[in-house]
Amino acid sequence: MIPLLKRDLALAVRAGGGFGLGLAFFLIVVTLVPFAVGPQSELLGRIAPGILWLGALLACLLSLDRILALDWEDGSLDLLATAPLPMEGIVSVKALAHWLTTGLPLVIAAPVFGVLLNLAAPGFFWLTLSLLLGTPALSVIGTFGAALTVGLKRGGLLLSLLVLPLYVPTLIFGAEVARRGAEGMGVETPLMMLAGISLAVIALLPFASAAVLRVNLR
Amino acid sequence: MILQADTLTVTRGGIPVLEEVSFDLPPERALVLRGPNGIGKTTLLRTVAGLQPPLKGTLTGAEDRVAYAAHADGLKSTLTVAENLTFWARVFGRDEIAPALSAYELDALQTRAAGQLSAGQKRRLGLARLMVTGRPVWVLDEPTVSLDRDAVGLFAAAVRAHLAAGGAALIATHIDLGLDGDALDVSQFRARPQAHDDFDEVFL
Amino acid sequence: MTSIWEYANPKKFIDTSDRVIPALWVLSLGTLAIGLIWGFFFTPDDYRQGSTVKIFYLHVPAALMAINAWFMMLVASLIWIIRRHHVSALAARAAAPVGMVMTLIALLTGAIWGQPMWGTWWAWDPRLTSFLILFLFYLGYIALWAAIENDDTAADLTSVLCLVGSVFAVLSRYAVNFWNQGLHQGASMSLDAEENVADVFWWPALVAMAGFVLLFLLLVLIRTQTEIRARRMRALLARERMQ
Repeated sequence: MIPLLKRDLALAVRAGGGFGLGLAFFLIVVTLVPFAVGPQSELLGRIAPGILWLGALLACLLSLDRILALDWEDGSLDLLATAPLPMEGIVSVKALAHWLTTGLPLVIAAPVFGVLLNLAAPGFFWLTLSLLLGTPALSVIGTFGAALTVGLKRGGLLLSLLVLPLYVPTLIFGAEVARRGAEGMGVETPLMMLAGISLAVIALLPFASAAVLRVNLR
Repeated sequence: MILQADTLTVTRGGIPVLEEVSFDLPPERALVLRGPNGIGKTTLLRTVAGLQPPLKGTLTGAEDRVAYAAHADGLKSTLTVAENLTFWARVFGRDEIAPALSAYELDALQTRAAGQLSAGQKRRLGLARLMVTGRPVWVLDEPTVSLDRDAVGLFAAAVRAHLAAGGAALIATHIDLGLDGDALDVSQFRARPQAHDDFDEVFL
Repeated sequence: MTSIWEYANPKKFIDTSDRVIPALWVLSLGTLAIGLIWGFFFTPDDYRQGSTVKIFYLHVPAALMAINAWFMMLVASLIWIIRRHHVSALAARAAAPVGMVMTLIALLTGAIWGQPMWGTWWAWDPRLTSFLILFLFYLGYIALWAAIENDDTAADLTSVLCLVGSVFAVLSRYAVNFWNQGLHQGASMSLDAEENVADVFWWPALVAMAGFVLLFLLLVLIRTQTEIRARRMRALLARERMQ
């Protein structure tokens, strides 16, 4: 497991690995929003939690098809499947590597982008916390989508179509934590739900991902 | 017996291609699979490697003992030769890559990124990967593609060394490698078309 | 006593459904006609909603079938995963477009009903939103079936997607409820419905629902037959290529 994680991280930061692309995409989305809705700082502050969550989600989506497709193309996936690693472990490590290279940078950058969108002061903490709890779920669900579409030539669009509906609960509770936090309301319920979804997804979904990956390797 | 196949039926795209395949592979022997293109050698090898389940029959001794190599070498172009090999060694819980590097004369290329290698050099690196797995059964699908004469010699020597150390190899190839072992023509196992009247059968 | 799994044999399934389908045509269209004509022409207008309430005879059964179709796909997917009967996987595939159209009917009739009632075609009410999400699930499921060439692979992958999707659909329902409390009236057609809806509306609605169930059955049977024949054709062609 550890060598696989190390290799994936090394691949991500080397030339052509795509590290930072998600972050750049996130920045662009945040930059474009005021052009679309107008520069009034009161309006921007009100929609900031939702926009930041949506931007993070789309940035995450952008890199999902790299999780497994590259290993599929060069045959690594076949060879990994014959290695003494459980398939569930492989997909979990893949999801973890995706989170470390895409999700975590988004979490760290989100407060900075919050400034651009005039996020209310109490919102920074809750936005960061909700992203920290929610983005792992996005990576794990995304890995499931990637495992479903790994054998398809133009699977990218289909991957989005399959994964986005699965993102609905995470997005709702995550954005709700950030919004309520920014408005100074209680956040316990959505926070618990968000954490619950993340934990359940991390614990259970790798079994489904491994099952579909085995089918695709057949 | 290190590997044993007993009346194996293998399928491609849900349709049987080879049936009743039986063979024994003792230690220190190689079994070379022969047969025309498209007969199902790749499918059989993928089944032995555990990538797909057989439709019928049993396969003993394959579990966690097979090192598989096919057309794609599983190399990452931005990693160096040594990094690629070390990764696969670690995945199989091992560490040493020096013997594999020297067996395929890759020492001088150690720090070269795999993406800058020629096709034949990549192939050599892909085959060197077999040595770092420490697995006793090598399952090889057309291993000599894009290898020149000298490299084929290196490969044959590596297989002989592997057999001498008590390993075994199942190889689909058209080249005579001069190995100590038998040839098996898989055309004889070609799946017979089933009767068309049984509706359920035609789904398989 | 013959086992129900005998019908998992495609030939047996086609033979039996061939005999059932004509009767189902008559039964489903007859029941639908009775329910809808009764509901549209022989029930009084609602004292608040006027005659607009009558779209309810399309809206509620369609919404019911939108969910039940997914549930049927879930059961069929489980049967495929556990027992690997091809007919089961193909029935799930056949049901998906029917369920999607039912969802679309529920959404459209809801919009047409909502316009005079709430003064808007669309509101992000939890029920409406949930059906929109369900529609997206159907889209993804159908798209995945269409994208994969190998039938068994497609059946396996879509079955797992259906299972995982079901869990997420339920999760989404709760999430959406939490997110917006909404203006949709409560479930007026549950079994204790007498409290909410008077008998005069209840009986024709029940008939209309029975009609939708029968129509769904009929369409799924016909479509499953088509899928079975298409699957058989592909298998025969593949076999021919190999000889």
